[in-house]
Amino acid sequence: MRPTMTNMATGQTIPLPAQETPAHSHAHPAEHEHRGHTHTAHEDHHHEKKTVLLEQAILSQNDRLAERNRRWLAERHILALNLVSSPGSGKTTLLEQTITDLQKEFPVSVIEGDQATLHDAERLRRTGCAVVQINTGAGCHLEADMVARGLESLQPSAQSVVMIENVGNLVCPALFDLGEQARVVILSVTEGEDKPLKYPHMFQSAHLVLINKIDLLPYLSFDMDQCLRYVSMVNTSAQVIQLSAQTGKGLAAWYHWIRQHRSIAIGPDGKGV
Amino acid sequence: MHELGITRNIVNIVSEQAHGAKVTDVTVEIGKLSAIMPDAVRFCFDVVSQGTSLEGATLHIREIPGQASCHTCGITFPLEELYDSCPCGSRHLTRLSGEELNIKDMVII
Repeated sequence: MRPTMTNMATGQTIPLPAQETPAHSHAHPAEHEHRGHTHTAHEDHHHEKKTVLLEQAILSQNDRLAERNRRWLAERHILALNLVSSPGSGKTTLLEQTITDLQKEFPVSVIEGDQATLHDAERLRRTGCAVVQINTGAGCHLEADMVARGLESLQPSAQSVVMIENVGNLVCPALFDLGEQARVVILSVTEGEDKPLKYPHMFQSAHLVLINKIDLLPYLSFDMDQCLRYVSMVNTSAQVIQLSAQTGKGLAAWYHWIRQHRSIAIGPDGKGV
Repeated sequence: MHELGITRNIVNIVSEQAHGAKVTDVTVEIGKLSAIMPDAVRFCFDVVSQGTSLEGATLHIREIPGQASCHTCGITFPLEELYDSCPCGSRHLTRLSGEELNIKDMVII
């Protein structure tokens, strides 16, 4: 399954360049029948072996593209947030509510990442905002080049907010910088209070932790104090907001956080740009 | 399974740098706190390198243990988990190692 991108305004779906390995030696078809890997290793004794130092970060290409996204966003004073969570945390419901409430103040657009389907993009499209859906196919996370293509297709206006809804997964997205200004982890109380310790990389990289579905607390044995302790064990600086996208409780604090960070993105003399 | 993407990155970078030369060995550093499983990378490497100049190459993985220094008491100590605290109880730490994801070198012929 190859990654695709769908712009919900035009309905147009295009394939994204999947990460491919450059093939150099398809001239040895017969060797592919062997499962062992030693058959070609000793063919070239007469050649001299040479060690070449590389000293390169494995994720250097993604990091470079992420920096380019960050510059592109900064030039336009756009606030981009990378929203990560496990599947079923209520991310899309929270986004629907957030966009409905905030788009009266400033434009909000969405880059929606899922392995497959346009379901979430269609839901968000109904709020009236601009949405591109990226289907990662076999991929378990968004990468910086996908976000670059998404931004190109969305063309978000200056001083707007771009919500990047990452693929529901608390492991892989932690490693991939997308060029966002802040990473927001959403944890719902139905998941258990020990998620921060089970997925320390994700919580450690978060600027903000949203604890969602708090309207369900009376029906669960979720220990909020313990959860907050676990968050601070893996991340001493992350802010935490408890909320319910369903009832609206706590949303004001989340909106305040977005406004604050948008002001930072706009800068002191950004007004009227 | 982000090890597949990680391994593709390794193979892409190395084959680009090899400029068509045959690669016999690749050495990478993977920090023990990096959330990357070396065995999964080894498994993916054999598959991903097929049909590239790395096909048949040996992948050497150096696992780098985690280490941190404590802001409170000043000692350097081994960090087994990302959320470990210093033996003195402090959580104000600077991680010194354990998060590496680097390609060190390759051998070409």
